[in-house]
Amino acid sequence: MADRDLLQLDRVVTHIGAYHILHGVDLSVRRGRVTMLLGRNGAGKTTTLRSIMGLWKPRAGAIHFDNARIDALDTPDIARLGIAYVPETMGIFSQLTVQENMKLAATGGRFDPARLDDVFRFFPILKTKWNDRAGLMSGGQKQMLAVARAIVEERRLMIIDEPTKGLAPAVIDQLIACLLELKARDTTILLVEQNFHMARSVGDDVAVMDNGVVVHNGLMADLAADEALQTRLLGLNLGSHQ
Amino acid sequence: MSAGRIASTRLSGIDWPANLLLPILALAALPFMSFSTWLTLTVAGAAMGMMLFLMASGLTLIFGLMDVITFAHGAFISLGAYVATEVVGALPGMAASHSWVASLAVLAAALTAAILVTGVAGLIFEIVIIRRVYGSHLRQILITVGGLIVMQELLVTVWGANPIPVQKPAALQGSVEIAGAAIEIYRLVAVGLGLAVYAGLWLLLSRTRLGLTVRAGVENLEMVEALGFRVKRLFVGVFVAGTALAGVGGVMWGVYQGLVTPAIGPEMMILVFIILIMGGMGSVGGAFVAAILVGLITNYSGFLVPKLALGSNILLMVAVLLWRPRGLFPLVKS
Repeated sequence: MADRDLLQLDRVVTHIGAYHILHGVDLSVRRGRVTMLLGRNGAGKTTTLRSIMGLWKPRAGAIHFDNARIDALDTPDIARLGIAYVPETMGIFSQLTVQENMKLAATGGRFDPARLDDVFRFFPILKTKWNDRAGLMSGGQKQMLAVARAIVEERRLMIIDEPTKGLAPAVIDQLIACLLELKARDTTILLVEQNFHMARSVGDDVAVMDNGVVVHNGLMADLAADEALQTRLLGLNLGSHQ
Repeated sequence: MSAGRIASTRLSGIDWPANLLLPILALAALPFMSFSTWLTLTVAGAAMGMMLFLMASGLTLIFGLMDVITFAHGAFISLGAYVATEVVGALPGMAASHSWVASLAVLAAALTAAILVTGVAGLIFEIVIIRRVYGSHLRQILITVGGLIVMQELLVTVWGANPIPVQKPAALQGSVEIAGAAIEIYRLVAVGLGLAVYAGLWLLLSRTRLGLTVRAGVENLEMVEALGFRVKRLFVGVFVAGTALAGVGGVMWGVYQGLVTPAIGPEMMILVFIILIMGGMGSVGGAFVAAILVGLITNYSGFLVPKLALGSNILLMVAVLLWRPRGLFPLVKS
């Protein structure tokens, strides 16, 4: 594992029940960079993220975080290493208030005022809805809350699964602005995304998955510029999808 | 906040129909009897409801957070009752004293001992049995029925099969007259304890970080783990708390009955499950309301239509489920 890599997956194999999903995933996430994980539906992107978080245990292979092996750890211990996870389903506690959702993500339930100010600057609506039940918010507001929970503390790695899914363009722009600012602060992010506009806007590196393996590694800018490569890897080109 | 929303906090809007069911039922019975009779039956029903709540609250907490159905809960109720026989029997002077302080001290000692004993027994039960069957309701039912049988036989081995008498502390015997109605003192103590436990659970779940974690875990356990909380430890704590509450219920019910047998707990489990189903599986607030409903309907129907008394709780449950198939205060699960 190179020192520049914060996270590395080596030949990770994961089954979900009887289904063999990951067939030997090799993936590196470099420190201070945004790594996009792209691929068609069913390629194994979400399974890869869940395997990193220990929510589905790999049957073979190794996962290293900051040079320490983590694939045998339980999910809470992985999270305590400073890894924030925003699942595709957002994982919002709908019966709790926005404040209570945020408290659960803050160490000891205490907020760092500066970080909280950042959250409210990125997503002002959360301040307005602070004491409202999260279940009453719109899908976009819930996604903002899901990302806000991830950034309410200093994290060493953020893992985000399709944050723009089903959201209005204005909300997507807000999320992009937030991620760009995090990127400017050298936050390490592993981001699964189907929205190419976002992928191109925030991605530094890219890995493309197909049939449970990573079939391409490179720079996001190179993939965005190569329509033939996009078509071969993803079955479409980025330029036609905004 | 709605009474039925401890485990599933509802912050905007109160579920009035479900919350009003209790006062509507109580007031509906009033025209059919004298006020003093109504008051006696209502306090007695509330007291029985509180004792049932003590037995059911732990089980609903275990189901709500851990998604575990345990049929062994009745054995922990029995264990609590047996501990009461030991503690009250070991303090005969205090138990016979007509001093309020001495009587309440005996009851407090029995409750404390039961919490400790059933809590430790619950810890062992979780480690040896429960943690092997997470995620499989069928296996949980089978193995906890087996665990119930084993625990009952252990109780017989230690205390024998014959009923063991336990007397109420002297100052808690007899009754007081309130508004022309004779109210048993012990029932008033049971109501007070039930309310105190409910208030304690409410404060724990709604005002502490531990409670926040439990409420979040009830809804989405996986996400709680992904936020760094060691849910397995929380599971152990909740199971121990659940069995300790069963012990508290066992003490109160055993002392009230005056005779303790190995079956004293399992015999209550039908009512406990009716309460869980009617209140909304996993909802502590729902269990509180449903337990009082069961206590009241048992007493009212026993007085007005004695032949119906036995099935009145089943009929009430059927009516509630026809109205709300997931119970009065169903939990939200992701």
